[in-house]
Amino acid sequence: METLYDKLWQQHVVHTESDDSDSMALLYIDRHLVHEVTSPQAFESLKMAGRKPWRVDSILAVADHNVPTTDRSQGITDPVSRLQVDTLDQNCDEFGITEFKMNDQRQGIVHVIGPEQGATLPGMTVVCGDSHTSTHGALACLAFGIGTSEVEHVLATQCLMMKKAKSLQILVDGTLGLGVTAKDVALAIIGKIGTAGGTGYAIEFAGSAIRGLSMEGRMTLCNMAIEAGARAGLIAVDDVTIEYIKDRPLAPKGAHWDRAVTYWRSLKSDFDVIFDQVVTLPAVEIKPQVTWGTSPEMVTAIDGTVPDPAQIDDAGKRHDIERALAYMGLSANMPINKIYLDKVFIGSCTNSRIEDLRAAADVIKGKQVAATIKLAIVVPGSGLVKVQAEQEGLDKIFQTAGFEWREPGCSMCLAMNDDRLASGERCASTSNRNFEGRQGPGGRTHLVSPAMAAAAAIAGHFVDVRNL
Amino acid sequence: MEKFIAIKGLVVPLDRANVDTDAIIPKQFLKSIKRSGFGQHLFDEWRYLDHGEPGMDASKRQLNADFILNKPRYQGSQVLLARANFGCGSSREHAPWSLQDYGFRVIIAPSFADIFYNNCFKIGLLPVVLDAAIVEQLFGEVGALEGYQLAVDLESQTITSAKGEVFSFDVDAFRKHSLLNGLDEIGLTLRHSDKIKRYEESRRIAQPWLFT
Repeated sequence: METLYDKLWQQHVVHTESDDSDSMALLYIDRHLVHEVTSPQAFESLKMAGRKPWRVDSILAVADHNVPTTDRSQGITDPVSRLQVDTLDQNCDEFGITEFKMNDQRQGIVHVIGPEQGATLPGMTVVCGDSHTSTHGALACLAFGIGTSEVEHVLATQCLMMKKAKSLQILVDGTLGLGVTAKDVALAIIGKIGTAGGTGYAIEFAGSAIRGLSMEGRMTLCNMAIEAGARAGLIAVDDVTIEYIKDRPLAPKGAHWDRAVTYWRSLKSDFDVIFDQVVTLPAVEIKPQVTWGTSPEMVTAIDGTVPDPAQIDDAGKRHDIERALAYMGLSANMPINKIYLDKVFIGSCTNSRIEDLRAAADVIKGKQVAATIKLAIVVPGSGLVKVQAEQEGLDKIFQTAGFEWREPGCSMCLAMNDDRLASGERCASTSNRNFEGRQGPGGRTHLVSPAMAAAAAIAGHFVDVRNL
Repeated sequence: MEKFIAIKGLVVPLDRANVDTDAIIPKQFLKSIKRSGFGQHLFDEWRYLDHGEPGMDASKRQLNADFILNKPRYQGSQVLLARANFGCGSSREHAPWSLQDYGFRVIIAPSFADIFYNNCFKIGLLPVVLDAAIVEQLFGEVGALEGYQLAVDLESQTITSAKGEVFSFDVDAFRKHSLLNGLDEIGLTLRHSDKIKRYEESRRIAQPWLFT
């Protein structure tokens, strides 16, 4: 009896340090995604040691964190950002690595373009110097974020020395209510188990509500596995997975396709396998979620209120909540739907795929962004998502409503480019982290789904999307 | 990688759970293409009153006197005593780089985020997990005694307090060996080159679509 994680792990073990089941293992890496922020030092060390990439065709590179989302015809104005992107371009050119450069239509957020291109496939090991690599686990591949030393290690050896994680199954059975999305499932899970709840585990998401999600929704969920502390999130292969992959540029074709599909269909946990831990969350209990604090676990439902630290017994937790409320400029017991916003950001590797944009556009169609909202932007996850959205007329819906329609990239999720919050500004954001300063120093982030962000943009404050 | 065998050093307590990598090293400093120089921006938003940008002269910035790292009694600390889930968030190795560049050699906490924990070992910074009750006790002792030091010995996997109390900690055997000897992990892996090539060939036959 094996879990999906066991199967993926076992398939990739090249060598173990000892016979002890707990010992470190050398794992083979099938796909290495590279972006500009965590790779320059790795390439530099690789070159200094006189080494070369082990398997260039396993690598796909793209610049996403530093790229401007406004007019790109003049290049990047910030010289520090420009140097980082130029360095990636040079390293890729030097070693013959496939890179989607900034003005390539296929450019986008690395965790959007991997699945979009068929560069991430079921059964693979996928790494990237980025914690949201967990996203790709939606395709039943073992995908996890690594640091720069490990980026260099994979470049040089195609392998990583790893310790096997424990297995955690999160079961969400039932049907999600109208207006309740994968993002709400992710936030509700984190609210339940905490940001360290998945530490040391690989999470497999299962249950009828998960099987009912589109691939985009599954990616949103696995994307936030890291916010629950788990390096990897996984979802078993089914028809939805296979349909999504078919005809992608790098997907297998012809006879290879048939062979691949036969193999991929085996990528699920054996019936009755025992997980190290199981958490259940009935789908019917999940409401649209809004974070109120400075950690993704500081979250409640749209019909809830900001917590009152005075009601918390644990001194450490009380102190954390007090600090978070002070930073967020919120008072105890305040209803979530009374929180007014300055900016709205729809984008990021969590929620910038076509389905996300459609969900947001559905909510705002024929309406106007509230006058009190200083800026509302939509940043598609890739150039191809942007084109598709434009073919569907979504760009017009957003622009007519008062949203800005931008070029693809990480943008205001972490504000490494010019898209950011000023100190004290409050944002409804479809991204993944509400840490202090994440979207700009002093900025205040509330994590929500695309539909909830869109509804907040129209109302000027949070509203329950189920009532629209 | 820098070797780690044993140290005895001053301890600074950071009494805050879930310290994330954005707090450890804010994003604007990740634009650097170098591996060094991050120490002056460690905890930048907490440590300084003004907003930090790359290339600023740290000596001309206004320090936040209330932040624990800025207290005179903790200057020169080599051991960071922290709370649960330290290093949560992104995979940026810039976080351990900045801690190491600042002067830390050891971080003690009841728990660490997985990627951060792993990244520390790759650069010779030792993350030590101790029971929450022991960490709580150490917070009390550090606060009570100026100049409080801990002795950390990787060989014996022990931490000895100023009072002479000894606490054991776990560390993976492979990681310990690499750290004690300052080994180049890539060099170690490349000793298995033949195995990697054989694995790759069998994979190419079993799943040829992965190699196109």
